[in-house]
Amino acid sequence: MNATLPFAQTETPINYLNADYGWKSWLFATDHKRIALLYLFSITAFFFVGGAFAVAMRINLLTPEGIFSHDTYNKLFTMHGIIMVFFFLVPSIPATLGNFLVPMMIGARDLAFPRINLLSWYIYIVGGIFTLTAVFQGGVDTGWTFYAPFSSSYSNTHVILAALGIFVSGFSSILTGLNFIVTIHKMRAPGMTWNRLPLFIWGHYATSLIQVLGTPVIAITMVLLGLERVLHAGIFDPTLGGDPILFQHLFWFYSHPAVYIMILPGMAVISEIVACFSRKAIFGYGFVAYSSIAIAVFSFIVWGHHLFVSGQSMYASMVFSFFSFLVAIPSAIKVFNWTATMYKGSISYETPMLYAFGFMGLFTIGGLTGLFLATMAIDVHVTDTYFVIAHFHYVMVGGMVMAYMGGIHFWFPKISGRLYPEGWAKFAALLVFAGFNLTFFPQFILGYQGMPRRYAHYPPEFQVLNVMSTAGASILALGYLIPMIYLAWAWRYGPKSPQNPWNAKGLEWEQSPTPPPTFNFEHQPVVTEPAYNYSGEEQEVKLG
Amino acid sequence: MGVFSIFPSRASVAAGEVDALYTFLLVVGGAMTAIIFASVFFFAVRYRRKSPNDPAPKAIHGSLPLEIAWTVIPFLVMLVMFAWGTKLYFQNYTPPLHDTLDIYITGKQWMWKVQYPTGQREINELHVPTGSSVKLILASEDVIHSFFVPALRLKHDVVPGSYQTFWFEPKEPGRYHIFCAEYCGTGHSDMGGWMTVMTPADYENWLAGGANGGSMVELGGKLFQQYGCVTCHVTDHEGRCPSLLNVFGRPVVLDDGRTVMADEAYVRESILNPNAKVVKGYKHDIMPVFEGQISEEGLLQLIVYVKSLSPPTASPAKPAASAAKRSSK
Repeated sequence: MNATLPFAQTETPINYLNADYGWKSWLFATDHKRIALLYLFSITAFFFVGGAFAVAMRINLLTPEGIFSHDTYNKLFTMHGIIMVFFFLVPSIPATLGNFLVPMMIGARDLAFPRINLLSWYIYIVGGIFTLTAVFQGGVDTGWTFYAPFSSSYSNTHVILAALGIFVSGFSSILTGLNFIVTIHKMRAPGMTWNRLPLFIWGHYATSLIQVLGTPVIAITMVLLGLERVLHAGIFDPTLGGDPILFQHLFWFYSHPAVYIMILPGMAVISEIVACFSRKAIFGYGFVAYSSIAIAVFSFIVWGHHLFVSGQSMYASMVFSFFSFLVAIPSAIKVFNWTATMYKGSISYETPMLYAFGFMGLFTIGGLTGLFLATMAIDVHVTDTYFVIAHFHYVMVGGMVMAYMGGIHFWFPKISGRLYPEGWAKFAALLVFAGFNLTFFPQFILGYQGMPRRYAHYPPEFQVLNVMSTAGASILALGYLIPMIYLAWAWRYGPKSPQNPWNAKGLEWEQSPTPPPTFNFEHQPVVTEPAYNYSGEEQEVKLG
Repeated sequence: MGVFSIFPSRASVAAGEVDALYTFLLVVGGAMTAIIFASVFFFAVRYRRKSPNDPAPKAIHGSLPLEIAWTVIPFLVMLVMFAWGTKLYFQNYTPPLHDTLDIYITGKQWMWKVQYPTGQREINELHVPTGSSVKLILASEDVIHSFFVPALRLKHDVVPGSYQTFWFEPKEPGRYHIFCAEYCGTGHSDMGGWMTVMTPADYENWLAGGANGGSMVELGGKLFQQYGCVTCHVTDHEGRCPSLLNVFGRPVVLDDGRTVMADEAYVRESILNPNAKVVKGYKHDIMPVFEGQISEEGLLQLIVYVKSLSPPTASPAKPAASAAKRSSK
């Protein structure tokens, strides 16, 4: 096998992967690309741990009586949520693809603070160890939302350890955000003006703003929760003089913007993929760029839509409802512009583009069902039911994970220097799409019919839809396992990639060898054209 | 089970109204989804690359009219959703001021305890007559729960330390699921029950069957004696504490000049933490703090007793501002 490979083993140029060997060269790496890989392997591990919990939940829900005990099931969904949200979704694209590509796309040698970048990975790992310890000690059963006073005064599980894990890992997120902001402001190559930045950078810039401004609030919330649990300071528990709704305000003040920390980088990836595989400049570049900033700003004034049934003032709810509709507008603008980018393009169907198609469809459904939740009279019926679960997973798995998979495939040649097997990859992408819809679409119906979330047992009339969902989950799981296998294989045995296998625009493809050397570029890149100049236009057109 | 439907059964007047709004959202959302799916699919096929050597297409950098169109049109459609949803929400969560059938529900891990003014008590069962305005007053003994009846299309969190209310008009006799919708620990998914909607005649029959311990007013009256409330809150104005006659449902002037409505939440707070809001002209630190001394169910009985001291025949003062959209019903 591999007889046809055109490369010569003897003359592999020095790149960031072969520049040094040994565990020290990885664990003490300050190269953003190596740190990106450290993150990639860690979050992949967390993804499969979190996924295993999800599989166990779906198995339990095959029958109305369930298989596991109540306590076990409650721990399963709690650990699934905590691990997936805080240890996979939040770091996923920014810490891996973002870490790898932000400096390369703007023509920099590294991030502004390489050692802080490494520190952020260590902090993430320490946070992860706390949370995993909580798992191995027997788990947590509060739900990933940690609502007080259940979490502060009633639960008998390892709440403190899990909360400590979230507290610690938050700093990793803040440091990554800070690093990106400074890098994007200060380290752009000559000619790389703000209006020439790839949309990937705009998306990460907006994400970083939320990370830096929002994450401290979850840290504070977790500290207050700990104070009440350990010292019985009356903060949230009314029997100690606290207010349980205060917890929800604090929690969602971070956790709603956090969903934009998760989705904005996904949108950033989609812009790159759609432009490349349509061979066209993004339609309405300025609108797509500024809509990221608009999302970041609006994301901070919508948290109250999680409290429509909690006893929040009805007038406050009204205001939050209005802003929640408003935040949907910039997301819609992005989808329209991606679609318009395909108009009169030259479209090809490689795996990254298949994932981008999937993203556009599933994110549209996820976004539109968000409008149902912004509509107060509907929200009060479907909140805390499977409708919310379906909506959230359409955005986070149908949107964000699709974009992540698309991005991983798109930049796999850049990262590994190898090509992945296109046939297997397309097959897996289709499996993911089919399995995803079969898993989560029935949950919209379940939710409107009234099945509450976090139920270990359920009335028998909900069984048919639950069985469909579990069947879908098994297909989805396969769809995620297959890429694990062929990507691992291709990393070692895949054919060597040319420098720019997709003929993509962008400094990382055009001016940097594949895989890149430690300092990314052999010469200081100079930018002379706008992003996505696939048609090779001389004149620069500005819009928006 | 009958024909499959995406709509659960409807037990109230409001359920149909929520379904109508839901249908509107489904149509708009479905249309939008269809437009995006169709465009992506059509462009992907129509503009597919036929050969690797196809020339790069001409760039199209955007169109301001299009951007404005797909910003403004969705915004206008969303305004309709917002207005419709908000109106219905205010209607469904603003109970009428008079002639409601008040039922008191206490959530605790992991059951619903239901008390009727006439003294009946049930666990995980709620009986209501058609044609009345049922107002639920929700309290929690421990953590946050959420009282959810899908057939009403309504739920409300049950938050410890406060009273939450919502109301509905039962329409269709039948039995409907009650769920706890806010995760509350081990037995969360078993914290359910049934709401039985009955015709008024059946309801009267059902009421006649229960109530061995006396009505909530009688039980509350006993507690009023037992805790010594009666020694200070005498019914004339001679006592050290304000008279409770004709207080409930009326505005009360406080010693810091504010005016508050004497509702369930105010009475509750004044029992548990009397110094929080002191009536103008009375001293602080006279009444003992009852925080932690009285069960949630006992509190509800005391409140019903205090309510009974303000008979509805005396025409109530004009209610504070906004509340009463549906009071005419």
